[in-house]
Amino acid sequence: MSAVAAPDVETLVLGEPGYGTMTSEIAAPMETRPGAGWLAIFLVSLAALLLGVALITYTIATGIGVWGLNRTIGWGYDITNFVFWVGIGHAGTLISAILLLFRQRWRTSIARAAEGMTIFAVVCAALFPLIHMGRPWLAFWVFPYPNTRGPISVNFRSPLLWDVFAVATYFTVSLIFWYVGMIPDFGTMRDRSKGLKQRVYGFLSLGWDGGARTWQRYEKACLLLAGLATPLVVSVHTIVSFDFATSIIPGWHTTIFPPYFVAGAVFSGFAMVITLLLITRFALHLERYITAVHLEKMAKVLLTTGMIVGFAYSTELFIAWYSDNPFERFTFLNRAFGPYAWAYWVMVFCNVVTPQIFWSKRARRSVPILFAAAILVNVGMWFERFNIIVISLHRDYLPSSWSHYTPTLVEVGILVGSFGLFFTCFLLFVRLAPVIAFHEVKHTVAEQMEAAHAAR
Amino acid sequence: MPPVDSFLAPSGSPRRRIHTLAFENPGATLEAVHRLRAEGFEVHDVFSPFPLHGMDEALGLAGTRLGFATLVGGLFGAAIAFGFQVWTHAIDWPLIIGGKSPLALPAQVPVSFELTILCAAFATVGGLFVRRRLFPRLTGERPLAQPDPRVTDDRFVVLVVERNASFSPARFRELGRALGSVEIVEGWRTL
Repeated sequence: MSAVAAPDVETLVLGEPGYGTMTSEIAAPMETRPGAGWLAIFLVSLAALLLGVALITYTIATGIGVWGLNRTIGWGYDITNFVFWVGIGHAGTLISAILLLFRQRWRTSIARAAEGMTIFAVVCAALFPLIHMGRPWLAFWVFPYPNTRGPISVNFRSPLLWDVFAVATYFTVSLIFWYVGMIPDFGTMRDRSKGLKQRVYGFLSLGWDGGARTWQRYEKACLLLAGLATPLVVSVHTIVSFDFATSIIPGWHTTIFPPYFVAGAVFSGFAMVITLLLITRFALHLERYITAVHLEKMAKVLLTTGMIVGFAYSTELFIAWYSDNPFERFTFLNRAFGPYAWAYWVMVFCNVVTPQIFWSKRARRSVPILFAAAILVNVGMWFERFNIIVISLHRDYLPSSWSHYTPTLVEVGILVGSFGLFFTCFLLFVRLAPVIAFHEVKHTVAEQMEAAHAAR
Repeated sequence: MPPVDSFLAPSGSPRRRIHTLAFENPGATLEAVHRLRAEGFEVHDVFSPFPLHGMDEALGLAGTRLGFATLVGGLFGAAIAFGFQVWTHAIDWPLIIGGKSPLALPAQVPVSFELTILCAAFATVGGLFVRRRLFPRLTGERPLAQPDPRVTDDRFVVLVVERNASFSPARFRELGRALGSVEIVEGWRTL
């Protein structure tokens, strides 16, 4: 890790590059042939994606009996993956919207990548309820539309339907936010390319002119969208948690779920942002823009949200004891010491113990430590959802129904396939669109230079 | 580069004599706008690779009312979502589900909230696109309003319109040089 400027003057872009230099450096991945590193990661991702496509085809053609689900455990890998991916999708909008409202300048280098990540994560998330339906060609039944079955409408009191609206709205608004953010940058690309590329970027840039009136409304629109996206982000994982919290399964029926899920989503999302940005930074040589300052701030978010999640785990245990409810007590004892205890302790280790390393400044600025910790947190957060879903279901009220769930290779393969989809989309994105917002990072540099001159 | 796209220009508007000053940094650009306006020049627009803070005041631009579009969109979304849920559950086909009354209001909050946000976001972006005439162009060329392709890269261009005969090109060029402009251009443009 290279040395950075003194902590009192926050240097978010190293070396005060000129605006033109920044344009060419950030546009480089879109204008040069991909390197061996990018190609290697891309081929691995594509292979994983193809595996997923094959196994999903097999599942749909045969039926979801090819999964390890049974009458007691109706939700397993599929819903775990859904909640996991929706959670990953939260950091993007958090970084772009909430940090924009709080005027956190360090977001500019990482916001675009995080927003892209959101889109792809939500696509991965939406895949799982779809294939879990068993007959995905009837998926349109979740939407209220005039039909010949009554005409009977969808049940607007069902949390599963709220989920449809929440995830669909989240996807749409995130897509709008992502695209609107890229319009000036597509304008930049249009003005520096020729031929077909100019036509495509020109089409996407919507005739962007960069005039003062355009910028004025544009900035206002971004601020308004950020204001809308902030409560939206909180609502989405709240509603996802309602899928569980409004049921009467011990371990699910708790009021702590909404804040606990939102904190967990931010935690896992930031872990994934760190993973992706470290890869991007390495593969596209963006060390100038994604600096140790950025890494350190993200590590601090990881530490904070990790402790919130840890606090939620202990609150759950305390309330289970304090409630004096035998079912509730049993559920949590079973979680920590039952047949799936290993999964519980993997979660505790990854999510509560791992982030503690970030009390050390050296760890926060070390690429290998950050990368390893972010991967562990991703693993831990996947297990958190597995624990909530599978462990709570496998032993509920009726001991004669108790059962065990083991995923089949098909389910594991589909999870791998969803990672393939996610990384394939992301890797294509970094080649086709500016992964760092030209206008935002130039603005940051302008302010940085202004501050430096004022200090002199 | 030939002007191909004239969407920003209302049809039938006359071509005007224009003068531009190019700068390389935001500070000089802002100062130039203040000086030009103080000397009676009509600054039509300023083009920049990123938004310049203080430019709205320097140009005397009125604030945008985009927030109203957001509000109207949000209210519309809330009304549609809430109204539709009440209609389906309490009016069109009342069904008791889970022992709740047909008008179970708390259960209708999540969907109403989501549609409020969705419609508000659409209205905000729609407002931006309509007001700035942003829509996909098949030609892929630069918009006519943009004086120089480098304004999306590293140039800051101040565009001044020649209103009447009192405009002194000599005085303009002199001022431009004094302000540190790196390029002074004049031409014709439909505004």
